[in-house]
Amino acid sequence: MQDAFVSFDRVQKSYDGETLVVKDLNLAIGKGEFLTMLGPSGSGKTTCLMMLAGFETATHGEITLGGNPINNIPPHKRGIGMVFQNYALFPHMTVAENLAFPLEVRKIGKSDREAKVMRALDMVQMGDFGGRRPAQLSGGQQQRIALARALVFEPELVLMDEPLGALDKQLRETMQFEITNLAHRLGITVVYVTHDQTEALTMSDRVAVFDDGRIQQLDAPDVLYEQPQNSFVAQFIGENNTLEGTVAEMHEDMCVVRLDDGELIDALPVNVSEVGQRTKVSIRPERVEMNKDRLAPDAHTLKAEVVEFIYMGDIYRTRLRVAGHEDFVVKTRNAPDQRRLKPGERIEIGWLPQDCRALDA
Amino acid sequence: MSDATAGNLSQAAAEARRDDAAQTGPMLAADGRPLKQSLNRALRAQKLRALALIAPLLIFLLVTFVAPILDMLFRSVENQIVSETLPRTVIALEDWDAEDLPSEDIYAALAYDLHAAVERRIHTRLGSRLNYEETGLSSIFRRSGRGIDDVGEGYADQFIDLDPAWEEPATWIGLMADPDWIAEQAAWAATETEAREPVFQLAPGIADLLPETADAYRSFALALQAEARNPDSPTTEEPWNTVFLALYRDLSAGAEVGAVEGPEFARAEVVRLQEAAAAVASFTPVDLRATFADIDEGWAEMPIWTTIQTFSDPYTAGYFLAAVDLQLTPSGIEVVEENQRIYMLLFQRTMVLSLTIMGLCVILGYPIAYLLSNLPLRTSNMLLILVLLPFWTSLLVRTSAWKVLLQQEGVINDLLVWIGLVADDARLAMINNQVGTVVAMTHILLPFMILPLYSVMKTIPPSYMRAAKSLGATNWTAFRRVYFPQSVPGIGAGCILVFILSIGYYITPEIVGGRTGIFISNRIAFHISDSLNWGLAAALGSILLALVLVLYWLYDRIVGIDNVKLG
Repeated sequence: MQDAFVSFDRVQKSYDGETLVVKDLNLAIGKGEFLTMLGPSGSGKTTCLMMLAGFETATHGEITLGGNPINNIPPHKRGIGMVFQNYALFPHMTVAENLAFPLEVRKIGKSDREAKVMRALDMVQMGDFGGRRPAQLSGGQQQRIALARALVFEPELVLMDEPLGALDKQLRETMQFEITNLAHRLGITVVYVTHDQTEALTMSDRVAVFDDGRIQQLDAPDVLYEQPQNSFVAQFIGENNTLEGTVAEMHEDMCVVRLDDGELIDALPVNVSEVGQRTKVSIRPERVEMNKDRLAPDAHTLKAEVVEFIYMGDIYRTRLRVAGHEDFVVKTRNAPDQRRLKPGERIEIGWLPQDCRALDA
Repeated sequence: MSDATAGNLSQAAAEARRDDAAQTGPMLAADGRPLKQSLNRALRAQKLRALALIAPLLIFLLVTFVAPILDMLFRSVENQIVSETLPRTVIALEDWDAEDLPSEDIYAALAYDLHAAVERRIHTRLGSRLNYEETGLSSIFRRSGRGIDDVGEGYADQFIDLDPAWEEPATWIGLMADPDWIAEQAAWAATETEAREPVFQLAPGIADLLPETADAYRSFALALQAEARNPDSPTTEEPWNTVFLALYRDLSAGAEVGAVEGPEFARAEVVRLQEAAAAVASFTPVDLRATFADIDEGWAEMPIWTTIQTFSDPYTAGYFLAAVDLQLTPSGIEVVEENQRIYMLLFQRTMVLSLTIMGLCVILGYPIAYLLSNLPLRTSNMLLILVLLPFWTSLLVRTSAWKVLLQQEGVINDLLVWIGLVADDARLAMINNQVGTVVAMTHILLPFMILPLYSVMKTIPPSYMRAAKSLGATNWTAFRRVYFPQSVPGIGAGCILVFILSIGYYITPEIVGGRTGIFISNRIAFHISDSLNWGLAAALGSILLALVLVLYWLYDRIVGIDNVKLG
């Protein structure tokens, strides 16, 4: 991306001089973009955020903000708003004083300051809480204040480090919506770190999936979910069934994989190119078809035995024994024509070739 | 069946809800008692158990901590020794104008009191007590103990010359003792029991007839009976000379012995008394003031009398006044002479040096605590052990080590001379003065500052500083506006701890303080163990306690005691 607002260029980071926590990171973030860094703990996502904020220095490589290298600029001169995991609201100051803090250190006049603080509080619907102490607020309210404080000095870039981790599920969903709304309304660029994939998928323009110090895939949420580029991403994002085997036939836009117990299935070659390669094929539970009529006449099918049937309200979740594994999950919509399977029943399953991706082994 | 059960259940639940809604007044438990009462009953056992668990400590504290403090507070104002030892003198002195030497009456009262005190061997204690107020009084009382028999001797001789029967104990018993007591005593003497003699009782009416004699004889009799080792009986002892003095004074004051009649008094005694009454006019009077002046010149001078009068109240502010360099004089409260003012100076010095030590501890301890709380746990634990290490060394050893380091021929002076910073003949005096006290005590009390600071700083997440910086604050601003205010509770706790410890410190100033570096506590210790003026020691201690409480209160007002955290 030419007009990248934030860019990481071949950035590496090591704490102990022996192992790299971040390995060769290249990332360009456009202005106004909501980018989420998603990954398991220890994958290097928080380190990247801290390097961007200036609390960690890159061991190698360059980070630019608005075209200027910022490696040697101390954090307080970067003008980046940040929301911390535990909110980091100053406990000895009132809410209004917390919000006024970044304006005070920028030597903004008192009247101007008060106006901005009020505007920021109103923005997060906390206008009446200016006189309270952080300890007198609920978790969700503290979260809003932390957000308002990160936005009050009108930064162009806001970093958020798992800001919703401490909230309960319902509050988290409301806040997800509010944060994205606010970010888009103000046109700010947001870099958001989380290990919660639902959060990442629902909020972001693009998601960078981190593992082992590298970005495994950087794509829009739908692409990430439907077209994972490797088996880590397939496993990490959403629920996924994995079958292992060897490529038996290669065609133009599909291949046939021989599973380890000898059965054949159709798949879309993603990371495989020739016959004989080991592969992990990945199928989403909701794309498994139990009705043979919907498959192509020559499609390969697998025999399956029902191990467990779970009624979950809106969907049925059926666990099957397939190709020797007992953890093959199928999700079906709770529709009038959908049959409830009983454990021990034997059925046949299949899928459209494009839904089944042959990834790296 | 199951449907029916379900129906019943939901019906029951609905009824219960109705019941709850209908109920007014206090909540009732299932058995109909008020809920509060049931709850209290349920919690009582728990409370009792908790109390039993802390009972040993509670009792221990009450006995070893609360009781001594109360005792100390009491001792600092208690002054009953004067009025208990010299009860008649104290009463007699009430109307004395303190301008001329007291009258003969007062000397007579002193004679009775002193004789009783000497027999009970408590006159020297009173001497020591009054000696705190006026130097030299102790020896007067000691000498008086030896000479008290001279008082009234002249009258005793004259009475016995008049009628040798006055020498007989029986004469006095017949005159003074209650006939019932005489009977009891005789019965007791006949049985030779281990039990003590019945307590002496005055004859009815004798106190009205011969008030001073009755009083003097009674204290004579009781003193004999009260002897711890081998109690004597008034039936076998000739009365003290002061009793004769009393008799002379009563008779010459015109006691109406002619009117004595009735069964209470034996006839012979009455006749003897009437003869004596007729004769006293021709007795040679003895000047009591001269007698006392013979025993000790001090009795014929003003100071001892003004001192007794000033300190005759059972409770006195004298100790407290002395503790702040004031003194109680007959003409009111006065400042003591300049060369004797010592306590205000010591209080002031104790405060100033304690504040200095506290300040130094903050300055030295804050960076260390900050470092400790920001290091990885392994390293900080190691360093924390170094902080705690002094606790495992004897206080005496640590203080003595400073003596080695700081003395004029010591390590630091040697080093400075060797470097050339200090001339060999101008070595720094760093010990046996205030410098020594401050250095050694700062070192000893530093851990008490570091530990609360550390435990408070440990609870300040690093994300606060980061947040401040991300909001645009420089390192210094972030520290000043965000980190420091949150560490204030630790500073407060550390300061209170160090200040209170140092204000009462004793051993270190004693060893390294010399003359100019000692604290008020050294003076308290001196009065406790050397001068034995416990009242003054208690007053000094009480003032110290009050000072600490006032400072605590001030701190609470300014900083708020809720803001003190030890972790």
